[in-house]
Amino acid sequence: MKLSNIFSRPNRILLRELVITDFKLRYQGSALGYAWSLLKPLFLFAIMYVVFGMLIKIGSVEHYAVYLLFGIVLWTFFAEATNQGLASIVSRGDILRKVSFPKYIIVLSTTISALVNLGLNLIIVFILMLINGVGFHFSAMMLPVYILEIYVLALGLAFFLSALNIKYRDTSHIWEIIMQAAFYATPIIYPLSVVMAKSDLATKLLLMNPVAQAVQGARYSLITNETITVDSLFKNGWYNLIPIGITVLIFIFGTLYFKKHSKHFAENI
Amino acid sequence: MKTKQDEQPAIVVSDITKSFRIPLEASSGIKQKLVNTLKGRKGYRKFTPLDDVSFTVNKGEFFGIVGRNGSGKSTLLKIIAGIYYPNHGDVVVNGKLVPFIELGVGFNPELTGRENIFLNGALLGFSRKEMIAMYEDIVGFAELHDFMEERLKNYSSGMQVRLAFSIAIRAKGDILLLDEVLAVGDEAFQRKCFNYFEQLKRQNKTVILVTHDMGSVERFCDRAVFINDGKIKLIGSPHKVAAAYSRNNDEAYNTEVVVENEKAISKSDIKIKLYDAVGKETNKFTSGETMTVRLKWSKKDVKHVGVAIFRQSGEYIFGPNTYLDGYKLHSGNEADYSVALNLGEGTYFIKAGIFGQNDNIRIDFEENGPEFIVSRDKDDLRWGGFTKLEHDWR
Repeated sequence: MKLSNIFSRPNRILLRELVITDFKLRYQGSALGYAWSLLKPLFLFAIMYVVFGMLIKIGSVEHYAVYLLFGIVLWTFFAEATNQGLASIVSRGDILRKVSFPKYIIVLSTTISALVNLGLNLIIVFILMLINGVGFHFSAMMLPVYILEIYVLALGLAFFLSALNIKYRDTSHIWEIIMQAAFYATPIIYPLSVVMAKSDLATKLLLMNPVAQAVQGARYSLITNETITVDSLFKNGWYNLIPIGITVLIFIFGTLYFKKHSKHFAENI
Repeated sequence: MKTKQDEQPAIVVSDITKSFRIPLEASSGIKQKLVNTLKGRKGYRKFTPLDDVSFTVNKGEFFGIVGRNGSGKSTLLKIIAGIYYPNHGDVVVNGKLVPFIELGVGFNPELTGRENIFLNGALLGFSRKEMIAMYEDIVGFAELHDFMEERLKNYSSGMQVRLAFSIAIRAKGDILLLDEVLAVGDEAFQRKCFNYFEQLKRQNKTVILVTHDMGSVERFCDRAVFINDGKIKLIGSPHKVAAAYSRNNDEAYNTEVVVENEKAISKSDIKIKLYDAVGKETNKFTSGETMTVRLKWSKKDVKHVGVAIFRQSGEYIFGPNTYLDGYKLHSGNEADYSVALNLGEGTYFIKAGIFGQNDNIRIDFEENGPEFIVSRDKDDLRWGGFTKLEHDWR
């Protein structure tokens, strides 16, 4: 995996073709087609909003509906990129056994299609923002940075998990459980202020999770400055380097692990 | 004019060794790993399908790889194609390589034929624009015009293989890797493939052909290699390699299966021997040479005999008999038949029968007579097909 080769012409062509294929196949045979990529997070949002916004009121935060939807959209992106990345190599085993091409393109393509989905979902977030009367701040410029952080983390995990999944098919089940736990460990449905009321330390620890740090940062920049972020909690922006550092480390580890094992994918699938 | 690049070999395989770990129990779980570690078991056995294999394929060469099932030839092909990595040694490929392995190029059943062509093109490294240029050619060769908008899962398996094969051979690569292509398609399509092979040969394209059909090895290949138990047994002219392979198969056949049943297989008591023009017993002939077939039998009341020549692949070439020719036998238990072998190169075999008063009264018949190989002189390469017919241009 020479760096100069990653985006060589044939690799770019293949990447593009795989992303297109991914989209063609995703909702093939369903009547609503691509609309599902918008409907699924919307329904999740509706359920969560009814349960946590209306029935059991947990904490309160300005523009809770948009705040919640945005969190769900970002989480969905992270979950989709890692879950589909994890399964990507095994599910393309057929091709791997017949043609030789750089394997990382498979993982890259699945995570990129998750990224495209995120783009579509963000449109809904923006619409809801307009309806809710959420003002636009210049801090929104930071949004791509947070998305990039989540993407790099998800890509690193997808590299690691997809390679591990070839060795141990248990990986997908284990990851499913981890993601369930992580969903509640990340402040998606509840505002972080709920945790803060109980324990300051727990809040700080939760924010060291890169997804939590990025989601909170993104919410702060786009929706409300009531959002508790690393900056507001630690009163020191340098603490952001811990979750960012974790992200970078996971990415490097995942990439190296993948590179080491990718030579033997074809014979081990 | 030859450029420097032409002189570079297309493929150099040096000292390749490949071994696999075959898990002893069919499980790829953490639990099994744990159990094995605790019990101090390795949990796998080592299997070495290729052991120190080296050879070179030159540019423009039609190169055959033959070997029995499990001899390591598919592993070798996958290593050349870059799908497997060898444990030791390396492969240098000069030029764009297009593989056709395990009867396919990796289709997605949910995509249409058209979409699969473009996806496959991308996997082989061709851009959409390049693929658009080749598209008509591929579809035309596969004869699947009417099916391109249908999903691949609605194709018959033969159609899928045909499409895959057409992509592989019509893609503008420099080196073609073809594995067991003779299993592709029906007879008409096979014939088309053979014609195309001739074309490739004329165009001096580099082709690696893996097959069990010695007829096509001898017909197309410039050189061939015979692999057995992961080692190179013989590398050289296709005739020698084909003969070695057939011999090896015969040995295996005789030792493994039928020693005591040999009599039962050869049901007839017609003895058939082949001689060349100077009366030497042989089974190797040059095209145009005269072959004499000597029949001997012990059955009584034989008035007529017939000798037929078949291609190894089953085509009936020619078969006269003495009744139809109006010839009266001199001897009651022996006859000679001489024929000019105006045949294309390949492996052929004899069938022979002995008859009573006419050719409807069959006394005995040999279905599996001796095989013989026809090769061509270098200066007799100016025609194609099974047989050289008397002809004339005006």
